[in-house]
Amino acid sequence: MADTPKTRSLITLPEAPRKGVPFEVRALLGHPMENGLRPDGYGNVVPRRLVTAFECTLDGVLVLRADLFPAIAANPYLAFWVRADGPAILRFEWLGDNGFAHRETRALQPL
Amino acid sequence: MSRQPEAWQAWPRRHLLGAAGAWLLLAGTPARAVSSSTLAEVVRHWAGGRPVSQGRVTLEISPLVENGNAVPITVRVDSTMTAGDRVQEIIVFNEKNPQRDVVRFQFGPAAGRAEASTRIRLATSQQLVALARMADGSQWQHTVDVVVTLAACIDG
Repeated sequence: MADTPKTRSLITLPEAPRKGVPFEVRALLGHPMENGLRPDGYGNVVPRRLVTAFECTLDGVLVLRADLFPAIAANPYLAFWVRADGPAILRFEWLGDNGFAHRETRALQPL
Repeated sequence: MSRQPEAWQAWPRRHLLGAAGAWLLLAGTPARAVSSSTLAEVVRHWAGGRPVSQGRVTLEISPLVENGNAVPITVRVDSTMTAGDRVQEIIVFNEKNPQRDVVRFQFGPAAGRAEASTRIRLATSQQLVALARMADGSQWQHTVDVVVTLAACIDG
């Protein structure tokens, strides 16, 4: 089963982050996270389709890398803290089964 | 309306259940990675023979979970995140889901705090453990018991 190409994400950043002060970033990806254990209405097992990895970088410097296992709920949500010392680009990348990939970038202009 | 019972209806119920169980086992074996190792084994393997102390890492989760399909958790290490006091990784294991691993976080130099939140699935009431490994090699753990009223993983 091909992965649906159109996943959507919701990334929440503070309106006015301050230089050198940690701020929270929340990233939500719309994805069913089928764990390959669940039968459908006909008793057939729904094939596994998971997001298995997430990575966030700030100008190429690692912020957070997360290995997501089947115990992660559908529509994987991650919240974490970033510290930026100047204008920078935040990159988000989700990777999953069947070559799934979803990427986002956000420009930061800390005051 | 008297009708001869079908063959399967005449079968004792427990045979049916047994057959269903056997079918599940057969059908499921190749696809599912069901881990039979216990929580203690997994923690011991992660620790790699070195000691794991209580403290420093915190696993925040509601002690009573109403819906096991999406349970908010937060893991946190009190660390200054300076070079000598960096958190290498925080990993969460569960006791009774089909697979022991839940999530593993690695923090980079641009992380503001050693803290991360996500939402997880819980199959039943069980124990969860968060483990943290610091840059200096010290290892820490925090164990939490949760009661789950509506379980994930068994729907459908």
